[in-house]
Amino acid sequence: MILSVKDLTVSFATDGGVVRAVEGVSFSIDKGEILAIVGESGSGKSVTAQTILGLTRAPNATITGSVEFDGRDLTQLDDEALREVRGKRIAMIFQDPMTSLNPVYRVGEQIVEMIRAHEKVSKKEARDSAVELLRSVGIPNPERRVHDYPHEFSGGMRQRVMIAMALALDPDVLIADEPTTALDVTVQAQILRLLDKLNRERGLAVVLITHDLGVVAEVADRVAVMYAGQIVEDATLDDLFYDPQHPYTWGLLGSLARLDQPRPIRLAQIAGSPPSLLNPPTGCRFAARCPHEFDKCSEPPPLHGDRCWLDPTDKRRLRDVDGHIGLRKDVAS
Amino acid sequence: MLRFAVRRLIGMAAVLFAISVIVFLIFNVIPNSDPAQRIAGKNANPALIARVRADLGLDQSIVTQYLTMMKRIFTGTLTSYASSQNVGEQIWKGLPATLSLCIGAAVLWMALAVVFGYLSAVHAGKFTDRTLTILALVGISVPVFWLAAILLYYLSFKAQIFPTSSYVPLTKNPGQWAYHLVLPWITLAVLFVGFYSRVLRSNMLDVMNEDYVRTARAKGISERQIRIKHVLRNSMIPIITLFGLDFGAVVGGGAILTETVFNINGVGLYAGQAIGSLDLPPLMGVTMFGAFFIVLFNTVVDVLYAFLDPRIRLGEAAPA
Amino acid sequence: MTGSVGEIEAPGIPPVPAGVAPDAVRGRSPWYLAWVRLRRNRVALGFGVLFIAIVLVCLAAPLWADHVAHTGPDANHITDKVLVDGQEEYVVSPDGTPIGPGLHGRYLLGADQNGRDVMVRLLYGGRTSIFIGVAAALVTTVLAVLVGLLCGYYRGWIDAILSRIMDVVWAFPVLLLGIALGTTLALGGLKIGGLAISGDSVWIPIMIIGLVYVPYMARPIRGEILALREKEFVEAAVAQGKGPIRIMVSELLPNVISTIIVFFTLNIANNMLLESSLSFLGAGVRPPSASWGTMIADGYQNIYTAPHLTIVPGAMIVLTVLSLNVFGDGLRDALDPRAKIRLEH
Repeated sequence: MILSVKDLTVSFATDGGVVRAVEGVSFSIDKGEILAIVGESGSGKSVTAQTILGLTRAPNATITGSVEFDGRDLTQLDDEALREVRGKRIAMIFQDPMTSLNPVYRVGEQIVEMIRAHEKVSKKEARDSAVELLRSVGIPNPERRVHDYPHEFSGGMRQRVMIAMALALDPDVLIADEPTTALDVTVQAQILRLLDKLNRERGLAVVLITHDLGVVAEVADRVAVMYAGQIVEDATLDDLFYDPQHPYTWGLLGSLARLDQPRPIRLAQIAGSPPSLLNPPTGCRFAARCPHEFDKCSEPPPLHGDRCWLDPTDKRRLRDVDGHIGLRKDVAS
Repeated sequence: MLRFAVRRLIGMAAVLFAISVIVFLIFNVIPNSDPAQRIAGKNANPALIARVRADLGLDQSIVTQYLTMMKRIFTGTLTSYASSQNVGEQIWKGLPATLSLCIGAAVLWMALAVVFGYLSAVHAGKFTDRTLTILALVGISVPVFWLAAILLYYLSFKAQIFPTSSYVPLTKNPGQWAYHLVLPWITLAVLFVGFYSRVLRSNMLDVMNEDYVRTARAKGISERQIRIKHVLRNSMIPIITLFGLDFGAVVGGGAILTETVFNINGVGLYAGQAIGSLDLPPLMGVTMFGAFFIVLFNTVVDVLYAFLDPRIRLGEAAPA
Repeated sequence: MTGSVGEIEAPGIPPVPAGVAPDAVRGRSPWYLAWVRLRRNRVALGFGVLFIAIVLVCLAAPLWADHVAHTGPDANHITDKVLVDGQEEYVVSPDGTPIGPGLHGRYLLGADQNGRDVMVRLLYGGRTSIFIGVAAALVTTVLAVLVGLLCGYYRGWIDAILSRIMDVVWAFPVLLLGIALGTTLALGGLKIGGLAISGDSVWIPIMIIGLVYVPYMARPIRGEILALREKEFVEAAVAQGKGPIRIMVSELLPNVISTIIVFFTLNIANNMLLESSLSFLGAGVRPPSASWGTMIADGYQNIYTAPHLTIVPGAMIVLTVLSLNVFGDGLRDALDPRAKIRLEH
């Protein structure tokens, strides 16, 4: 396992109180793997991703737990040491490529800046590398386009630029925070294929943050599902789709529009909304919305593949809704 | 680009025209006093007044008077009613002093504002920031002429550190030139340092929250480089444009108070004197000069902004 | 702009980080949150109280004049004598030097070259200056909101014309415009229709100062309204059949109230500074009425012999304007911690 997150907890002191954005999150990723972290807005997935690189460090933030990489705990590193990891060993790309690139600098300059921050190379060498990088992510005419400004690229191209920049120093891990969310569906597919190719060709480990199960199905090897700041299920791709263990996952799967089923009158939804992270519930955080909740749920379930007190045989029964996996609205006995 | 420039020029001309009309109207239509009477003096008899009026062409229609005055402005023959000095010449003579004052103060205020604003933003919430913010707020709360008077009193009169007498031209003696201008520079700069350092601080704090700063950090760029290359650079763009506007306004008439108190023979002082005697030609001349400068700098600023922000320079984004 | 003088919270950090569920701060209206933030900014509140205190003290001018100083603001005592440490001295010595501050009750801050009690004049002058500042701010606000709403809502030729007018006023060198209007109107007064305002009236400077700052306030408001106008709730209101005035008043206006409040406060500060400048140059308040600006102008004649005449009224201006600026700043932070509200200078 090249990157191991253990029991990561991140909370922020704010005007309204202490927000417990991430609670006891643990997962790991191996060389050459693609791990998808799935969750809705507010589930804490972005905060988790950013915390790996120490981007959430702030006076009002409290971070406990560990992020083990290359034999060191990244949460304990000072800024100087962390700086050497960022970009060079672990790289990150973000959701909105328009706002994630500085509008007043040319794209080539921004890539060169990154290269020269870590390696002693001349500007010319760095610029040549930048051109090659743009080529490797599929940007046509890179010699010319390296002199362009971010707004002169389309959204998909911009994201490729971000990926090129992230790969400049051949990192071991790429964290991609919702890289396709801001893009058109057709462009999404292209970006995912690119990520897949990079993963296969270079053995690049990818932590892919997304809220879209379709994206997950496309490229992931393993999946971690997050809800209300916690990981509620951690499984391989096949296990997640065919043998999911947590009611929330059932709800997610059940709400997908499926081509192999008759069209429902209404798309299934999970009733209710996520709990406040200012005062999260002490037991299972999904209990309030779970039709299968029972008395043990008031104790916080530990994570052993999934956070649910139900035993496996019951799960198999309860998750079956009219022949496919879903979350019943009515309470089963 | 050319069409843009032409349109701006036409806009400039229109604004200047409107201003000239307004100034003219203010002095001819509103007051109940008769310029001829004022010039002829308190004890003049009607015959004298009538003659003054005829001499100055004040017996003609308003429109004719306006056109005559405009013609005189463009041909450089505008003369004061009160002193028969050529207005254009007087303005030209006062220009070096005014520019010395304004440019010097501008350099000072920009340098200090950038330093203070940067420090404030970087140490936001801490002691340095609080102190600088208080200083900045005091700076924008002080009446310029009062500050001038206080500085004159304490640093010139009492402590004798700086001279009390007026302007020394650069060409005559650079050392004395600067020496005499130190207090006026400080006076004029204080207000702007206060304002600009706070705007810069505010801009920097906003930019620090931008996504591209987060990206830069994720790339492993050092904090210092982020602050200067990304935060400061992007924060300065609105500052530069504001600066253009303010500099135009200061040269165009904002320096009048400082020049009056420090007895600097610039355009502002000339304007002040003209106002005292309600002398229309110099007032018209100075106002047009001032407005021209302001409008000119407005345009320069717009062009500069387009230049500094590539998004505007190159036209907006391609589709996503 | 986060973290003004009194704020403890670290700036650069959003109060609620991205990705946190909206639940986290549900149920608190923006006004309540603003109030909480303002309450915590003790420095801003302190200066707000200071401003109110200054206003109250100035309003109490007649009380001071009658009961402590026993003299009015315009009463000359140039030949009077007064008791200083048991010795009888001239209020204004034969060479023209008036007594300085330090006495009790009468002449607490000394006298000016006409023998007038500085403290009394200060208080009365304060009334004038503050009144002009606030009244002019009202004028500016009303006009600016009107212009901003009309331009932003109707756009098209209304916007074109009003914006051109704003451009002309904006391009006018502020002081020169103020002085030009001030001196000419002071001579003849103003007659519009049946309304006649004397040249000496304090309404002349109020109107001039009010007018001069309209573009500064109208532009940002116009910008906000233009942006708001594109939003769906305006479309919805139009679809519901609401007339333009109702939309402007009940949909658009409430969204710019915070901007207006902040600008109004800071505008009073600017107005007081402008009034003092105009009065100093003789184009503002007319003698014998006092304002802090005219007092400085008077005192400036004798700055070397009687510096207190210049220092004192100026210090009052600084204190009052500073209070408004600090409080206005705190208000801006409370109403919009990541404010895009900026007073274009």
